Amino acid sequence: MTGRVTDRATGGGAGGGGGVPDLVVVETGSANLASVLAAFARLGATPLTTRDPADVRAARRVVLPGVGAFGDVVARLAETGLGDAVRERAASGAPLLAVCLGLQVLAESSEESPGARGLGVITGAVRRFPASVKVPQLGWNRVSVTSAQLLGDGYAFFANSYALDAAPDAAPDGWTAAWAVHGMPFVAAIERGPQLACQFHPELSGAWGAALLDRWYRSC
Amino acid sequence: MLTRRVIPCLDTRDGRVVKGVRFQGLRDAGDPVELAARYEAEGADELVILDVSATTEERAHALETVRAVRRALGIPLTVGGGVRGVADAVALLEAGADKVGVNTAAVRDPGLLTSLSSRFGAQCVVLSVDAAAQPEGGWRAVVRAGTEPTVRDAVAWAVEGERLGAGEILLTSVDRDGTQAGYDLALVDAVASRVRVPVIASGGARTGDDLVRAIRAGADAALAASIFHDGVATIASVKRTLAAAGIAIRP
Repeated sequence: MTGRVTDRATGGGAGGGGGVPDLVVVETGSANLASVLAAFARLGATPLTTRDPADVRAARRVVLPGVGAFGDVVARLAETGLGDAVRERAASGAPLLAVCLGLQVLAESSEESPGARGLGVITGAVRRFPASVKVPQLGWNRVSVTSAQLLGDGYAFFANSYALDAAPDAAPDGWTAAWAVHGMPFVAAIERGPQLACQFHPELSGAWGAALLDRWYRSC
Repeated sequence: MLTRRVIPCLDTRDGRVVKGVRFQGLRDAGDPVELAARYEAEGADELVILDVSATTEERAHALETVRAVRRALGIPLTVGGGVRGVADAVALLEAGADKVGVNTAAVRDPGLLTSLSSRFGAQCVVLSVDAAAQPEGGWRAVVRAGTEPTVRDAVAWAVEGERLGAGEILLTSVDRDGTQAGYDLALVDAVASRVRVPVIASGGARTGDDLVRAIRAGADAALAASIFHDGVATIASVKRTLAAAGIAIRP
């Protein structure tokens, strides 16, 4: 079973040595955390969940999941102080994995919630898929990458109506991008050292996704 | 480009997989965790669990089944059956479902689709439409495991469900369920041509060619249960048939 970081005091959790949690998953509110927790447990990790910005600053590895609406999630991140902690972590280069809406909130804004401000960690706008394709994009799409440390070509599971529409072949500054196409080319994932942000769900992308999570986990 | 999906379905009751014909005459078909792991290994693109428990005591096991399957499963999991409101959906998501299927409760309270969609996003909300062909033509939505007709036209209900917030339609032909007589292709076409969200065809699969026909009729995914449980076909053999027909699949 997994627990919260705060359970450690009562023996409910099992963080890394020296009191620094090995892997924390940020509770952003409406996200379904069970799949991502189960995926890391299958890799032999001991993920804990947290709502505490201090854990986001201190943990060895942090996962930012996200399900729901852009505006709701960025508002919650701002209220709780978790957003500042994630932004600082991203700037410091510390290990970070963002998934689905977790990637989108790293951007500056989204067509889903006009006026809501993202964390601004990456450049580029989040746009709705065009009317020519089924929305939400639900299913497995082909991911292509030219050269990267963690990411590779393959098929990944997506569940999104919006995506980061960086200019074709132009990844956000300082990042390496993997691409996919659903009515428009979009950013399937970006990486920068031990920081990885995936529009797809690696925890639901079968053996390919599990191998990616494993590479990220072991690289940091 | 987005690939078409092959989705095995586990009807579960009291912690076991069961399967009947036209929702009746349920027989045991195996252990849910074993089947889930096997189907993922064979190339299943997602898994659906429909809880068909008849009693509250049986239903109490449904969450435990979802937790056990989630521990083993690395592909998306949709769970439906017995979802009466937001609280049931939350319990299923916390137990490990990635998407929640609603049917009877949404027919009675269509606003439930909007509540779920605004809280979890449309991609999390699957409207399960059980459709029964009518003698005068067309299809009517039925509820309570196919036992209770409604006044709703099934196609119009799917369209309204999309408008209210459903992100996917799981479209089951009640007449074909478990019969291996082939999907109701006219039904698939009628719904898929009128909604913009993905449509999962369900009910009647016997061969890989049936799945090819469902996808050509407009389905984004095809669901089957009996043929996989009984070994009539494997996920891998069905996907080979789809690929040979020129349909993009995840290899």
